[in-house]
Amino acid sequence: MGVEQKLGEMGVVTARLEDLVNWGRSNAMWPMLFGLACCAIEMMAAQASHYDISRFGMELMRPSPRQSDLMIVAGRVSRKMAPVLRRLYDQMGDPKWVIAMGDCASCGGVFNNYAIVQGVDEIVPVDVYVAGCPPRPEALIDGIMALHEKVRGETIKDWA
Amino acid sequence: MENLSEKSRRILDRIRQDRPDAIASVADFRGELTLVVEPAQVLALCQYLRDEPDLQFNLLEDIVADDMFPDYPRFAVSYHLYSIPHNHAVRLRAPVEDPDEGPDTVAPVWPVATWLETEVYDLMGIRFKGNNRLRRLFMPEGWQGHPLRKDYPLGYEEVQFSFNWKAIRARKPHPQE
Repeated sequence: MGVEQKLGEMGVVTARLEDLVNWGRSNAMWPMLFGLACCAIEMMAAQASHYDISRFGMELMRPSPRQSDLMIVAGRVSRKMAPVLRRLYDQMGDPKWVIAMGDCASCGGVFNNYAIVQGVDEIVPVDVYVAGCPPRPEALIDGIMALHEKVRGETIKDWA
Repeated sequence: MENLSEKSRRILDRIRQDRPDAIASVADFRGELTLVVEPAQVLALCQYLRDEPDLQFNLLEDIVADDMFPDYPRFAVSYHLYSIPHNHAVRLRAPVEDPDEGPDTVAPVWPVATWLETEVYDLMGIRFKGNNRLRRLFMPEGWQGHPLRKDYPLGYEEVQFSFNWKAIRARKPHPQE
């Protein structure tokens, strides 16, 4: 019993615009191919067949920032890397989201020193922080699910 | 000084035979020979060590610097030399009193020294005379200070606990879109 039986032969489905757009955004959110340290290994494991984030429409890691919607900052960001990361973020087209994966990206982690940015939220706005050193692939997927929930809750006022 | 291993003894005797004044003191730890030399002697001695057929130190493995703050002289530059034909190694150690007046560059002897000296300059701030490519290598352009010095502040910011959470959050930068 699908929606087509209720609608007959019209070939039309009605939905709220917000729901439709958020459904599209959250189910084809392409991350950027971008790893900085050991967290990137867990991120690769999350993409690979055992955990497989393509179940959530995220199978394509885009090497180009222009085609990606989600930046997963996987690892520590050094002060030398920080301008590069911000530039990549600026090159991503709207709408865009950022996940700070792991302790180093979230707050500096064990590297409380002159060379490491103490949390990537100093240079780009972060939507979801994933704790762990490094977080397991399940933790990353949980963070991505939390981001999907956030995106599904966005209203038309947030876009405009 | 005289618990040298046989290999160290052979190297040291050969150097003393040709350059009796070059070496200020000698240390030998588990067969690893360290020669303390004056900074002004480094270039000439390196040239000799590379070209002498009995020694042939043809590989400059590394140049490193120590900061012994607050001792004096504060800095020391070490040259780790290795001979591929003879399979023996030696370390030259030159104390440096003023980091702006470092030893002469050994780039004429081993061209790779340009990079190694640049690294030492970047992290420890020792200027090698004659190396005109000293610049920032690991640290970003325009960085102030030399981070491996003992008096360089190590931490970047306080750790955030519940009692100081708000104060640290207030002074952290918060970027927008």
